[in-house]
Amino acid sequence: MTNSPIYITIADDDEDDRIFFEDAIKELKINTKITMVEDGVALIENLISKKNNLPDVIFLDLNMPKKSGMECLREIKANPFWKNIAIAIYSTSASEEDIEETFVQGANIYIKKPNDFNTLKKMLSDVVTINWQYQTSNLNRDNFLLRL
Amino acid sequence: MNIYLRFDYNTICKKIIQETMFEAEIKYDMERFGEIHFSETISDEKLKMIQEKFNNYGIEIVENQKSIIIEKIKDVINDMVFKENFLAVKSSVYLAEKMDLSYGYISNLFSEITFTSIENYIILQKTEYSKQLINNTDLTLTEIAYKLNYSSVAHLSTQFKKTTGLTPSAFQRIIQKRREKLD
Repeated sequence: MTNSPIYITIADDDEDDRIFFEDAIKELKINTKITMVEDGVALIENLISKKNNLPDVIFLDLNMPKKSGMECLREIKANPFWKNIAIAIYSTSASEEDIEETFVQGANIYIKKPNDFNTLKKMLSDVVTINWQYQTSNLNRDNFLLRL
Repeated sequence: MNIYLRFDYNTICKKIIQETMFEAEIKYDMERFGEIHFSETISDEKLKMIQEKFNNYGIEIVENQKSIIIEKIKDVINDMVFKENFLAVKSSVYLAEKMDLSYGYISNLFSEITFTSIENYIILQKTEYSKQLINNTDLTLTEIAYKLNYSSVAHLSTQFKKTTGLTPSAFQRIIQKRREKLD
């Protein structure tokens, strides 16, 4: 049970942010497997190529070239094979309207990008563990909303 | 047109188990929820057959000893939270008694296997129940707080906000908008 890894995909066009995220996830005491993509188009292609080995959670940057995070979110939630993947949006915006809109469009988690490493680690740990509870404890995914 | 459903997991599971066992012609008792006792030995073939049938419903036969205890702890907690009158007894006392194990042992094992503490798990389940009641019933927050044994609405709201990052009313608004979007 504890040995099976949690699969995480990160979609962000900023390389520094990707590395920042990856380092933080690797420091958690949780067995994870990380895939990284640079934009929305690559994310969707990656999901198609994964077929049945879909990630448990996708961290999605809202501002990406080619295909925005919002477009990806709508596409993923409209696809019956993908809609159960937990989507964590992370953005620099803390506008109430933006946040509510992403939730209404089907996001499960909204993270305001933190600047320091320890806050990020704590946030990621919360996301991964709560998501894991949703997968293992018969919780209703439609009600899964988390704002950090 | 849409309709919304509320589920009673206990009844659903019991019914599935009943039908599966009847089909396989197996006699059984359910001693505690999720613990099945066979009065005679079951052939591997039959066991495989019911396992496959269960898998279709997302029911898994648990083999690992630690996982079994964890599942029992979760069942006791769910019972405790979702029962009509949420107990006023301390949850640690209740759990230790129901499990017939020391609370220290249960609590350490739970943290080791599930990445979370029993206390957090109980809060998560209570929040989950509040979400169900907010979405699917006409109960007011005051009534929900009472039903879930919170000392006040403020206490419920604070815990809800701490667990989800949202206030109960923001949560309700988002779910309503999502439903409208689907209609």
